[in-house]
Amino acid sequence: MDFPEPIRLLAFLLGMMAFVAVNAAYLVWAERKGAGRFQRRPGPTEVGWAGLLQPVADGIKLISKQVIVPPGADPILFRVAPLLVMAPAMMTLAVIPFSETLVGRDINVGLVFVFAFGAINVMAIMMGGWASRNKYAIISAARVVSQDVAYEIPMLLVVITLLMVTGTMNLNEIVQQQAGWFWHWNLFRLDVNPLMPVTFIIFFICMLAETNRAPFDMAEAESELVAGAFTEYAGMGFGVFFMAEYANIVVGCSLATVLFLGGWQSPFGVGSGVIWFLLKMYALVFTVIWVRWTFPRTQFYSLLNLSWKILIPISMVTLVLTCILLKLT
Amino acid sequence: MSASEVIPASDKPQETFVLNVGPQHPATHGVLRLKMTMDGEYVARAEPVCGYIHRMHEKMGENRTWAQFLPNTGRIDYLAAMAYNHAYVAAVERAAKIEVPPRAEYIRVITSELNRISSHLVWFGAFLLDLGGFTPLLYAFDDREKILDLLEAITGSRLTYCYYRFGGVCNDIDADFIRGVREFVAGMRPRLKMYHTLVTENVILRRRLVGIGYIGREMCRKYGATGPVIRGAGVAYDVRKVEPYSVYRDLNFDIPAFPEGDCMARYRVRMEEIEQSLRIIEQGLDKLPDGPVMGGNVPRVLKPPAGDCCFAVEAARGRFLVRIISDNKEIPYRVRLRTPCFCNLSLFEEASAGMMLPDALALLGSLDLVIPDIDR
Amino acid sequence: MIHSLQELADPFSALASQDTPPPTSPAAGAVVPAPVNPIQTVDFAAKGFHLDVRVQPAQVVDAASLLDRNGFAMDAVTGVDWIAENEMEVVYDYFHPDNSWRVVVRARVPRSQPEIPTISAVFPGANWHERETHEFFGIVFAGHPNLTPLLLPEDATYHPLRKDFVA
Repeated sequence: MDFPEPIRLLAFLLGMMAFVAVNAAYLVWAERKGAGRFQRRPGPTEVGWAGLLQPVADGIKLISKQVIVPPGADPILFRVAPLLVMAPAMMTLAVIPFSETLVGRDINVGLVFVFAFGAINVMAIMMGGWASRNKYAIISAARVVSQDVAYEIPMLLVVITLLMVTGTMNLNEIVQQQAGWFWHWNLFRLDVNPLMPVTFIIFFICMLAETNRAPFDMAEAESELVAGAFTEYAGMGFGVFFMAEYANIVVGCSLATVLFLGGWQSPFGVGSGVIWFLLKMYALVFTVIWVRWTFPRTQFYSLLNLSWKILIPISMVTLVLTCILLKLT
Repeated sequence: MSASEVIPASDKPQETFVLNVGPQHPATHGVLRLKMTMDGEYVARAEPVCGYIHRMHEKMGENRTWAQFLPNTGRIDYLAAMAYNHAYVAAVERAAKIEVPPRAEYIRVITSELNRISSHLVWFGAFLLDLGGFTPLLYAFDDREKILDLLEAITGSRLTYCYYRFGGVCNDIDADFIRGVREFVAGMRPRLKMYHTLVTENVILRRRLVGIGYIGREMCRKYGATGPVIRGAGVAYDVRKVEPYSVYRDLNFDIPAFPEGDCMARYRVRMEEIEQSLRIIEQGLDKLPDGPVMGGNVPRVLKPPAGDCCFAVEAARGRFLVRIISDNKEIPYRVRLRTPCFCNLSLFEEASAGMMLPDALALLGSLDLVIPDIDR
Repeated sequence: MIHSLQELADPFSALASQDTPPPTSPAAGAVVPAPVNPIQTVDFAAKGFHLDVRVQPAQVVDAASLLDRNGFAMDAVTGVDWIAENEMEVVYDYFHPDNSWRVVVRARVPRSQPEIPTISAVFPGANWHERETHEFFGIVFAGHPNLTPLLLPEDATYHPLRKDFVA
């Protein structure tokens, strides 16, 4: 790779945008197909073979629609919000190591970078909800803020727990530490820290909540808030929010893969590469879809209770126990 | 923190806002509007506004003959139309002293109970949809489709039935129908078991339903709430038992009642009722006598003697009462339709005060409202 | 707690014999025929209810309280327009949640001044039924907290179930 750095970055950015867009489109297809299978029906079949062109048709439909700014809405914030929800998702993907070499920026504080940009997502949804001048959207915006604040804490606590084991914030190094057979993955490294599976489960739950996915989809709880913060968005404004939701799922699942499931490492110690990363990530994405179509939605106060009364204390205890364990060994 | 601990801030009007839930809203399943005065996410006052689908069936009854009003009865509660057919037909039969042959009575009971199951299945799916669970709806519709196919074969319609006639039913059932119903009953029991494992025992569902939306016995009595609402308050009131009509007296079935009065109790009442309806259908098929399906003494021009009379049935949503007043003419003098959803919804304002929005909508879903049934 | 229909009929007889003049007395000259026997036990199989009680308009609240004390539940309130007799009838249906008793209470008001006290203080469920009866028949329920149209449009000025209503 002898390209000059700016060109390499630009190429990576373009590739990333294409990846995110295509990924979002086909995750929607996968979600609809998956939902269909869970519900004993075939899902999309009409457009293209097995409905494979359905996302394209949907995209064309969304793009060709007028973006309506409701009267009384804040016109600037209303338009900025979809961009602001999309941008951080792409930014975070720049530091995720897809394989040993396929990484946009291999920086030392990759993990901090991911969480710093991940937090912007909340602000963007709040902005969209507030700017819409719609009561459902405002309720949704308020919910998103308290939900994401509540779940950021246990998520960061378990990540700190993990960092104490890895000793580095460079995502590529974290993956390299997990080389070899699959019991070297952080998830199974019970010799270093027997609480690893607990931290993984907490991380996964928090990831579901942070990305506003069912059963924690308080932001667009359609039986209560119609479409929540996105109620007033039409056309591609809504489309971008929709894409961002899937981009965030990919980011969350990528992070879980990198931190706990050995990233691009092969489970058998040989033949590591990008394929393993994608396999693991999409397995997690499938789990996310599976959960959505299986469980009903929680109430908002149970959701906050789960975080403040269960997840935060458990992750605190995990943190303390890990400290003690690491000190003893 | 449970919703009941919260005192609504209705004394602070400057801190509340009005949220219009409906008439176009995913949770109202029709054109019902709830004018909710909200204090944050707490419901300070929820006033139902109805009438968006009002069709004045009672006036329509006054300008057509007794028989011509029959199709209207299928369009009040479109999910459980058989029971409404039954109440009107039986009221006129009671007024005009028309005999119904036993085979027709059994067919009425079998079809009514099939219709009750299909109605409860729609409720099951739609209620879970209110709670954010999408998948059960499709499973419930899968089962319901079998009932609709069976009923379509003998009545000619899938939803707005007009199958009963004064003095019987318009078509006899055939061996195909009986075989189909037996297959359905045999197939439904394992499905119910599956619903209980997958849905009833789900921890999120239990958290959303147990202890939420309390409606007690006294509230039911004061508002005239019936059906699964009063049975979910621990009162085993069922018109099929207290005013046994048709051949329900000869059939063996239980009335499920759960004393908790919360959404879970109403949920379990309905699920248990599906099981009881299956029992009734089985017994009905076993006991089904031979003979005609139309009585012989039905006059060609029907003029019931002057006077009024009532007939109540247990529809899927509760007590449905038809009061007819005749002045010995070909057209009714007055047809009064007392529908269960009307009374069940009227308690919503009192029951929902101080709840959080998602819980209030769970309560609304647990009442199993059909909007044309309220607005008539 | 009452144990038989006769026990229920007796307090009604006491109620009917009080013969209190209604506070909102009908206009002079209006015909208010007092039935000979206002309390009738009727055959359930023929009528669909057990007890048919006719009271003065002013007594409907007492009747409702009496039934409330005895554990009856609100079933329905409705009206009937007896245009030939120039009267409106208000029909109150009650059922008992624990047994099969059905009681019907009727009161007649003149068409020229259809006014009757509300029972919504006793049975809050009557609130909606009375609103409906008000909009359909134009019967005024005195003391009702919110006598606005329920099913008809809020600006409706007509009463469709009156027999002289022409659409």
